[in-house]
Amino acid sequence: MKKLLIGNEAVARGFYEAGLRVASSYPGTPSTEVTEFIAKYDEIYSEWAPNEKVAMEVALGASISGARSFCAMKHVGLNVAADPLFTASYTGVNAGMVVVVADDPGMHSSQNEQDSRHYAKASKTMMLEPSDSQECYDYAKLALELSEKFDTPVILRLTTRVAHSRSLVDIAEREERELLPYTKDPMKNVMMPGMAIKKHVIVEDRILKQTEWAETADINTVEYNDKKIGVICAGITYQYAKEALGDKASYLKLGCVYPLPVELIKNFAAECDKVYVLEQLDPYIEEHCKANGINVIGKEAFTLQGEYSQKLISKVILGEEKENYTADVNVPARPPVLCAGCPHRGLYYALKKLGVYVSGDIGCYTLGALKPLGMLDTCICMGASVSALHGRNKADASNAKKSVAVIGDSTFMHSGVTGLIDIAYNQSNSTVIILDNSITGMTGHQDNPTTGKTIKGDPTTAVSLEMLAKAVGIDRVRVVDPYNLKECEDVIREELEADEPSVVISRRPCALLKYVKHSAPLKIDEEKCVGCKMCMKIGCPAISFKDGKSKIDFTQCVGCKVCSQLCKFDAITEG
Amino acid sequence: MDTKSIMIVGVGGQGTLLASKLLGAALIKKGYDVKVSEVHGMSQRGGSVVTYVKYGDKVYSPIVQKGEADLLLSFEQLEAARWLEHLKVGGTLITNTQKIDPIPVIIGTETYPENVLEEINKSGANVISLDALSLAVEAGSPKAVNVVLIGVLAKKTDISYEDWIDALKSTVPEKFLELNLKAFDLGYNY
Repeated sequence: MKKLLIGNEAVARGFYEAGLRVASSYPGTPSTEVTEFIAKYDEIYSEWAPNEKVAMEVALGASISGARSFCAMKHVGLNVAADPLFTASYTGVNAGMVVVVADDPGMHSSQNEQDSRHYAKASKTMMLEPSDSQECYDYAKLALELSEKFDTPVILRLTTRVAHSRSLVDIAEREERELLPYTKDPMKNVMMPGMAIKKHVIVEDRILKQTEWAETADINTVEYNDKKIGVICAGITYQYAKEALGDKASYLKLGCVYPLPVELIKNFAAECDKVYVLEQLDPYIEEHCKANGINVIGKEAFTLQGEYSQKLISKVILGEEKENYTADVNVPARPPVLCAGCPHRGLYYALKKLGVYVSGDIGCYTLGALKPLGMLDTCICMGASVSALHGRNKADASNAKKSVAVIGDSTFMHSGVTGLIDIAYNQSNSTVIILDNSITGMTGHQDNPTTGKTIKGDPTTAVSLEMLAKAVGIDRVRVVDPYNLKECEDVIREELEADEPSVVISRRPCALLKYVKHSAPLKIDEEKCVGCKMCMKIGCPAISFKDGKSKIDFTQCVGCKVCSQLCKFDAITEG
Repeated sequence: MDTKSIMIVGVGGQGTLLASKLLGAALIKKGYDVKVSEVHGMSQRGGSVVTYVKYGDKVYSPIVQKGEADLLLSFEQLEAARWLEHLKVGGTLITNTQKIDPIPVIIGTETYPENVLEEINKSGANVISLDALSLAVEAGSPKAVNVVLIGVLAKKTDISYEDWIDALKSTVPEKFLELNLKAFDLGYNY
């Protein structure tokens, strides 16, 4: 049966049919849906882990115990999980284990543009890269088989356009697989120097065997057409190349990007007059070619930045560009904004009034960096808000009275708590604000250890942020309602002035959560509105300004009353 | 059949994803190879949203680039101008006349350009513009604006009226079906 699936769902379907039993992931665009779709299958145990390192270790533990398993993450999540990855490459697996990593060329929803293929090479872990949903499905199954065949975790690398494009997939039924027996084997699974030295020899030998496999593997394909132009591609660039070049070029499509074959590439290059390597981000395949004396054209003709496309390939290789229409309109940008009723807005406004330095983090609340709030000083990686604030306050203790960190509930669980332990242990007078909106917001509403619900929505124990903060040694823990501007401002001022570290929990659920009841939309009393634009300072998308008066869009307003607290003329009234 | 490209653009929250879902469902039924591409994440929060739908005997790239779209469906005027360059020469732009201020306009650092439709018309492109919001209200709810626009688009595709209605019935929840059928017809007969 053929179904139109996004790449992420196709990966999930492939795993499901291959008898996968355990899944553990941390959400991250564009990888999140793989695990969301897996959670719909009751035959599979699935979970959101607190972070990617934990997720990978859970998957490895399950594999060693005989269950086919996977973990999924975005590219930057693989940085967090790099530690177990490098040693899992040494231990290898029992039942098949796959690491799904989704890169984001063009940074549609990411803080950097890193190329995860380097991790495959660095950790000596086999990596496959599909180019559409059918291949996502096929390679997910194949990756589990290869994992068992070569006794290694296998990385399945996706990019945004593959993960989030729908195309047809021919699906089948699930094949149940029993747990494989576990046998205690410290030489294989206990990585101390004595064992690891021996395992490293096995790993290097494995790469030779995998390279030999890659020379003739079904997923590394050659298609000869016109041989004046040859292109070497992997993943989505194959689809772009086929569309741009059609029969005007010959293709070497690499489904396995680590290890890369040598002879296969050499033979292909020898057949073609001019050979291009088409790969987004870094010259990873190009460097492999050049190291093996294969003459190819790569980054000197293309780009290290952003996405490739059929347009770019057509322009560079054929020198062709399509005609189009243009209109003489100066189009303003339309950046994403904090939603109407977003609880982060009130908290940010309080910080703005206090004029503090804000050490920021990753989540919806990163949007507080944009105008008119413009409140972030930094945003680096998950958890960095807390530890970087500690560093700032250690660099100059006087900073502590006018600096805060902001971090979401899920991000705090991910890696903020370790920074807070540093603050308590090494005593910086830091003020950490946890923006607790009871959900992982930016990735599209996933539960986390603080929400009291599992990935399947079942009730479970919830981490108490208050008790956790106290347990690590923070005595001053306060809770505020971000819809109450005065309370936020007063409490944060007090905590900045206090001569010890504090945690302020700004608590209110995301306005988009289904269970959140909205109040009636607010209205502007035009007789009272003097057009002072105070209400515009919070950057609410429901408020606009026309003909000298503010206007409230009733379709967007959820009646949070943050704007009415700013109006000195009582011109904002309840509907 | 050569690959046809459709682009659906609008503002996060306008319901553009339903349009691509319906299109996908209807096109598969016709036996086409289909690719639908959308970017999740940031775009959901009031930002500019773009979806690509491509179909034909064999579709390769899931994305649509400048000068490639046979049909460009815009849910909002400014977005029509933003993405006009993606329209193929000889292609058709269908745009809602609705205006939604982006945040730089709301906070007064930029202005919403005037005469957007006039300028687009000057480009020489085939343009169908309509007040889909009023038609949606006529159908029973301003939220049906997406289905009105899908109705207009439907008439320009290789899919029959009956197949569109089937796709609508299989995608839209029962309790909203009557409203949506009405909205679709208002668009289809525009």
